[in-house]
Amino acid sequence: MIKLNISSVPASGIRKYFDLVNEMEDVISLGIGEPDFVTPSTVMQAAHTAMNRGHTHYSSNMGFLSLREEISEYMQSRYQLSYSPKDEILVTVGASEAIDLAMRCLLGPGDEVIIPEPSFVAYKGCATFTGASVVSVDLDADHKFKLSAEKLEKAITDKTRVIIFPFPNNPTGSIMRKEEMAEIVEVVKDKDLIIISDEIYSELTYNGDHVSIASFDSIKDKTLVINGFSKAYAMTGWRLGYACGNKELILAMNKIHQYAIMCAPSLAQYAAMEALKNGADDVRYMVEKYNQRRRVLVNGFNEIGLDCFELEGAFYAFPSIKNTGMTSDEFCEKLLKEQHVLVVPGSAFGECGEGYVRATYASSIDNIIEALERIDRFLKNRTNNKVKR
Amino acid sequence: MKERILKILENNGNLTVKQLAVLLDVSEDTVRDEISRMKKEGVILGFNTVIDWEKTERQLVNALIEVKVHPKKERGFDEVAERISSLEQVTGCYLMSGGFDLTVMVEGKDFKEIAMFVAEKLAVIDGVLSTSTHFVLKKYKDGGVHFVNKVQDDREAIVL
Repeated sequence: MIKLNISSVPASGIRKYFDLVNEMEDVISLGIGEPDFVTPSTVMQAAHTAMNRGHTHYSSNMGFLSLREEISEYMQSRYQLSYSPKDEILVTVGASEAIDLAMRCLLGPGDEVIIPEPSFVAYKGCATFTGASVVSVDLDADHKFKLSAEKLEKAITDKTRVIIFPFPNNPTGSIMRKEEMAEIVEVVKDKDLIIISDEIYSELTYNGDHVSIASFDSIKDKTLVINGFSKAYAMTGWRLGYACGNKELILAMNKIHQYAIMCAPSLAQYAAMEALKNGADDVRYMVEKYNQRRRVLVNGFNEIGLDCFELEGAFYAFPSIKNTGMTSDEFCEKLLKEQHVLVVPGSAFGECGEGYVRATYASSIDNIIEALERIDRFLKNRTNNKVKR
Repeated sequence: MKERILKILENNGNLTVKQLAVLLDVSEDTVRDEISRMKKEGVILGFNTVIDWEKTERQLVNALIEVKVHPKKERGFDEVAERISSLEQVTGCYLMSGGFDLTVMVEGKDFKEIAMFVAEKLAVIDGVLSTSTHFVLKKYKDGGVHFVNKVQDDREAIVL
């Protein structure tokens, strides 16, 4: 009954851990990829006000023009990118919807999409739903999980229609610097394809500001920038994102969006306007907190013997667990059962994530320190047992 | 640097020097030096633990006492305030603006003990004109820490 390109996509490998967690008490979860902060109060107030004033109707399909204008201004001032609020910006239900829309507009059977891995699980899923073939590019820890021009070039064929460019990266925390992107740009600038740059973690960088690959003029027109409010403003539950790109693609995406979704929730849109207008201080506060936790977590992993490179973006650490002799899956399951700490196997984000686990530092310092102690105990118990045998 | 250390210690007084060094991305020596200097300068005065005694066997009652004081020549309110502060039961003492002069926070094992404290130790101090005692019935937040509805991690599991 179910179409093959839907049924062939396996259920998420992470699911079973969440089921286990539900049966346990006292679990420290470093598993969930969302901020532990609550949405800034000024943003919540804006939604209250909108509600109290009776602003409870649809917005235009593409989102309130006033919100698109705010987004346009933000993209200009923060990333030096110019998009017309009129027809180059689409407000979506989370960045996730934008990813799905873009793929549905651009991909079909016979097409290829290049996805650097490890990365967010939705790319592969959404791409497969369109019937397109996924070409994975394996990134590795030796290169800090960055995408090299060389690897990308090898993966491009005449069927390549889309390249996913997911930085700062979930799950590795890796970022791409401007000079590294310049090499990528050289490879793609004359090719007939679209780069989907998922920049949902753009505000969460720790050694200098994020640079968008769309800021290279030569590829701006073939780049779709996707961003949203979830991670930067701790607004995951509001489900609001947006896509910025050339008019033709944005209007095509809007076509699907208007029939499938109609418009993003209007209360969330009012909240988002406030976030863009007055949320910068809150973002700075949260980024400083993430940054402190990041150092504690990375340092902690390295100290207890799990190699972790210095990640520079998002809120994930991606330590290697290869020296434990366990697979990612075994490691996570045993750690959860024995010490009640949830981290996610790297293999859930692509085959080359095997040998790694993802731990988020979107959790309190106390939780992180306690989790590290438990992981340390977990590792020591195993070496002790081996010695005894 | 001082302020960065203090901002963290304010809410996490139990972090080790090493942990603070990692958090702030500076050397352990820097943290150690800064903290000991701040202790000497009287910036850091001590480290407390926030305890919900209700959850233990120990009985404890807190009260806030408004005190009106006759200020002394030259020393103003300080002399009386210092005498009050030196009493064992007093956990806090503040000079106030408004309708009374000092707020005195006290703790005792029950209402009676606090009543006796007021009658026998506080009200008799030379310069204390009157007292008005308010008992704490329930603590919602103290020392920056939530006592009820302690914020829990209730984020639901989601695949992403």
